[in-house]
Amino acid sequence: MDSMAIVSIFVLSVFVGFEVVSKVSSTLHTPLMSGANAIHGVILVGAIIVADHSKTNLELGLSVTAIILATINMVGGFVVTDRMLEMFKGNKK
Amino acid sequence: MSRTVYDLIGLAAGIAFILALKGLSHPKTARRGNLIGAFGAGLATLVVFFYSNEGSSLPLNNLGWILGAIAVGLIIGVPAARKVQMTQMPQLVALFNGVGGGAAALVAIVEYLNLGDQATTAVVIFTVFTVIVGCVSFSGSIITFMKLQELMTTRPVIFPAGRFIIAATLISVLGVGGWVVTALGTTPLLILAALSLLFGVLFVLPVGGADVPIVISLLNAFTGLTVAASGYVLDSTLLIIAGTLVGASGTILTRLMAEAMGRSLFGTLFGAFTAKPQDVAAAGEERPVRSGSPDDVAILLNYARRVVIVPGFGLAVAQAQHTVRELADLMISKGIDVAYGIHPVAGRMPGHMNVLLAEANVPYDQLAEMDEVNPTFGQTDVAIVIGANDVVNPAAQTTPGCPIYGMPILEVNHAANIIFLKRSMRPGFAGIENELLYDPKTMLLFGDAKASLTKVVSALKAL
Repeated sequence: MDSMAIVSIFVLSVFVGFEVVSKVSSTLHTPLMSGANAIHGVILVGAIIVADHSKTNLELGLSVTAIILATINMVGGFVVTDRMLEMFKGNKK
Repeated sequence: MSRTVYDLIGLAAGIAFILALKGLSHPKTARRGNLIGAFGAGLATLVVFFYSNEGSSLPLNNLGWILGAIAVGLIIGVPAARKVQMTQMPQLVALFNGVGGGAAALVAIVEYLNLGDQATTAVVIFTVFTVIVGCVSFSGSIITFMKLQELMTTRPVIFPAGRFIIAATLISVLGVGGWVVTALGTTPLLILAALSLLFGVLFVLPVGGADVPIVISLLNAFTGLTVAASGYVLDSTLLIIAGTLVGASGTILTRLMAEAMGRSLFGTLFGAFTAKPQDVAAAGEERPVRSGSPDDVAILLNYARRVVIVPGFGLAVAQAQHTVRELADLMISKGIDVAYGIHPVAGRMPGHMNVLLAEANVPYDQLAEMDEVNPTFGQTDVAIVIGANDVVNPAAQTTPGCPIYGMPILEVNHAANIIFLKRSMRPGFAGIENELLYDPKTMLLFGDAKASLTKVVSALKAL
């Protein structure tokens, strides 16, 4: 991918990231942090790609570890966020 | 699957992440937002299995290992997330963030080993960035976990010449990073990883308990950026988008949290560099306080018309949210007007108290935000402060120069009577005295919040 495209994607994503959360109420800070935390668990995709590339045992061992950690991050993150938000269910004004 | 289809699905996942963050910012759509995010992440993961990056054939190499590792991750992650006590949830989030940072660093290392001489300078620079920040996020998050789990002291850990050691470590990290870029090689990269892990520990140690949530949020943003950088290394647009979104929104969130807590972001982050060794604030001279028994508290409550409950950190620690609800229900059955005054940062993280009270089935309409409840303290007969201190300390309004000056507080000092449930006279996290404890209209009930509340409930029932 050419570097200008990457820079554009990066800068636009920064602005979108700023914009979507700029007005969040403090009640939701914790769930929002937890949800964002789960989203970066998508590094799992990267871990799977490098496991596919791995040629030596060292590489495979490290990428298998990365897959385990990333899965914990992604799945655990979404599950715990859902549990937090479930608590608010049915209690709305 | 063609690259175009693969990229389009990646784009769909990126959009899902934007909608997820957007949804999570509003109470009504928060849960749906989280599910959209989970859907996007699941979709992105699934699609990797049907596209092979470098023309190598499907199925993916090491498929058995990949699926086995995912299974192990699920077996560890899902029960941990489902079983965790809601009071311990902040440290679990910290831990999940840390392992994500660790995963990003490992991904960058493997790809570096794999590319060998073929790595371009740009790829090496991004690899170095990912390894440094990913390792800092990993070890830093482990320390925040240990602080919140109280496996170590929650007070700032400051050692002699600490700031010089920290500065020296940072300089070595950057130096070795430069060495990796110019000289290449596996050994420098591993040294870099080790030094970065050390820096993460040193960076978080001087942070006090009250500032830990801000650091978790910052490390969360860090991990996002490492994911974006590894997206560059792996030529994955999706990772760049997802990582950058989390990095940017995490940065804003960190700032908002610092503002809500009345903390200076700069002071929190660079505390490591500016902190000087200091004695723990000497206990002031013994001054008389009025301490009462559970019966005294029950009598006071029995004759009140309006009571405001101010729950804090101590309530969360004592797991007293169910008992406090029992007390509130009992008072309501006696015709007393009861409200909970919730400070934005009550608990261990902003919004944490709302989660805890919601778990105890406290009706949402009894929870009053600070701006709502503050004007009503004048008509309040009794304010019960349970395990909170700094958030009701009038010094935030009256004493310029004190560490919490300017932080919005719950003005319980305007209530006719104040009851503090405390474990001891120890000051709050900010480490400053609370004049309110010595006020003639204040009564103190010492002990574990849950045990004290249980006694008050039975005393009130007997009246």
